[in-house]
Amino acid sequence: MTTTTPPVAAGSQDTSGRSTRASRVRKRLNSRTATLVAIVIAVVWTIPTFGLFISSFRPEPELKTTGWWTAFRDPQFTLQNYQDVLFGQSASSGQLANYFINSLVITLPSVLFPLAFAALAAYALAWINFRGRDWLYIGIFALQIVPLQMALVPLLSFFSRGVSLGGVTLMPAWNLDGAQNFAQVWFAHTCFALPFAVFLLHNFISQLPKDLMEAARVDGATHPKIFRSIVLPLVAPALAAFAIFQFLWVWNDLLVALIFAGGSDVTAPLTVRLAELAGTRGNEWQRLTAGAFVSIVVPLLVFLSLQRYFVRGLLAGSVKG
Amino acid sequence: MNFDFADQAPKLMMLLWGLVAFAVVVGGLLFVLDAVPAHFARRREAQLVLAAANGAPLPRRTKPRDGLFALFFLLPTVLLLLIGLVVPAIRTTLLSFMDGSSQNWVGLDNYRWMFAEEAILRVLLNTLVWVTLVPLVATAIGLIYAVLVDKARMEAVAKSLIFMPMAISFVGASIIWRFVYAYRGEDQEQIGLLNQIVVSLGGEPRQWLLDSPLNTLLLIVIMVWIQAGFAMVVLSAAIKSIPADIVEAARLDGVSPWQMFWQITLPSIRPALIVVVVTISIATLKVFDIVRTTTNGNYDTSVIANEMYNQAFRYGQNGQGSALAVFLFVLVVPIVIFQIRNLRQQRREG
Repeated sequence: MTTTTPPVAAGSQDTSGRSTRASRVRKRLNSRTATLVAIVIAVVWTIPTFGLFISSFRPEPELKTTGWWTAFRDPQFTLQNYQDVLFGQSASSGQLANYFINSLVITLPSVLFPLAFAALAAYALAWINFRGRDWLYIGIFALQIVPLQMALVPLLSFFSRGVSLGGVTLMPAWNLDGAQNFAQVWFAHTCFALPFAVFLLHNFISQLPKDLMEAARVDGATHPKIFRSIVLPLVAPALAAFAIFQFLWVWNDLLVALIFAGGSDVTAPLTVRLAELAGTRGNEWQRLTAGAFVSIVVPLLVFLSLQRYFVRGLLAGSVKG
Repeated sequence: MNFDFADQAPKLMMLLWGLVAFAVVVGGLLFVLDAVPAHFARRREAQLVLAAANGAPLPRRTKPRDGLFALFFLLPTVLLLLIGLVVPAIRTTLLSFMDGSSQNWVGLDNYRWMFAEEAILRVLLNTLVWVTLVPLVATAIGLIYAVLVDKARMEAVAKSLIFMPMAISFVGASIIWRFVYAYRGEDQEQIGLLNQIVVSLGGEPRQWLLDSPLNTLLLIVIMVWIQAGFAMVVLSAAIKSIPADIVEAARLDGVSPWQMFWQITLPSIRPALIVVVVTISIATLKVFDIVRTTTNGNYDTSVIANEMYNQAFRYGQNGQGSALAVFLFVLVVPIVIFQIRNLRQQRREG
């Protein structure tokens, strides 16, 4: 801070009329440049999505031969692309309606399980006294930095061969097929989400007023009772924040789905299918544009309607550290 | 129409099972936690009654068993973390010292391979470029935008525009940008925005994603596009939490906006700035989807996470894939240590 600069008295500003006019001009110029820069950034950030959106409604021949910006001179719009990509007959058309359902089936349990488990764990780590509590919390916290790449190969073999330690079977092989494979994806997503979920919810739950908890204990409330009737309602915004996070993460995930759901049309989510279309039919823009929007629309709606919670969670999760 | 709802029935059944399992596990856990203490309370009551009736001394009140509660609350999380993260991470570390089929120990061969193979060195170099450029550029743009729209008209809308890509999947974002980079021959009309701009400026259209090293930079643009919104939101909140009297005092001092930015805003938001850079760096190190969807790692664009996936899941080279995963982890550690040290320092100062 420049505390050495003496404060300019209000009167002295008026006497030097020329310099204030100059500074006012400069200020306006400054704010003009500022506005301009902001608008340029905003436009650059929006145009790509906008272009894709417009294109997804253009008929295939036009889309493949002319730029989307020409659509304003010669507007021709159709819903055919969406019709094709969602419900088309041929195997190459996308059949995204099917994958849309897969995404839903993957996402719901993958959000609910870590949410519930992490809330329970965060409460215990914040409000139940037991030996080794701090160490356990630090351990879970530290797991956040393990990249999930570290877990992929062994976890996949756990599912196919089970886990045994010194001859004792900790987890039998799963031997899943068809739609049962969803369970694998749920399991993987739940495990990978837990460290961050515990950390985020612990941030909120540990900050509840101590008096409140003690009063409840004195009144004879047990931990499960306190958890259900005091903690859960009070941290509902935090639960919402994590739920949105996890929803966006799972819905948008490609890596975990590729490995644990595979490419089959029974379990693969939208992202896997889209990546496949982009790889094998990279020039079929009538499908890619519409397909991309089918996958974007749900998270976008969730995000826009619940942005407030999302931002709150983001700030709590990143800044408090 | 080729959408048969009957095909979807097994999946929806599975979803139903999943939800039932959820209800049973969580509900059951809470029920047990309720029922067990109630059972003990009843037993103790009976003991008290019995003791009172016999005129015996009342049994000493035992302390509530907090440890038991903690065990139940933590059981699912700890178990899942062990099976899903801790044990696999240890196993991956071991696998990185074994050959492709995970049968024989090979010592440091996989790591030697990593630093000897030219293709892999290229991958490491690309990752380095990603992890230097993305955090810097994304944070800079996020910061500039946050400062510019602060207290401006329609601030919320302006922020949503930049923030929106956060909701879009990396796959979706990659398709959006591939469309921007799309190429048509010189004699044809361009359909990609970038080539159209180049052509209208008198240049020749290019196959952007095939030219190394430019293609890596163009992929980095996608990541910056996604992450700038995150930087902007966190930094904007930090800017808003600068005490109003400091800003006011500076303004009365006649500080120009430029000085204000460098001497007040920037030092005040330093902690948030570090968090943003660290978070984006870690996310960038693990970037996978963008490269896979745009170029599939071809044309010299591959990064560690991609190579790891290819080695382990496409070529069946578990050892080499694991070594890459371990290396990724090793790269993350110093960044995290840096952040923890910073946080400690802040706490001491604050």
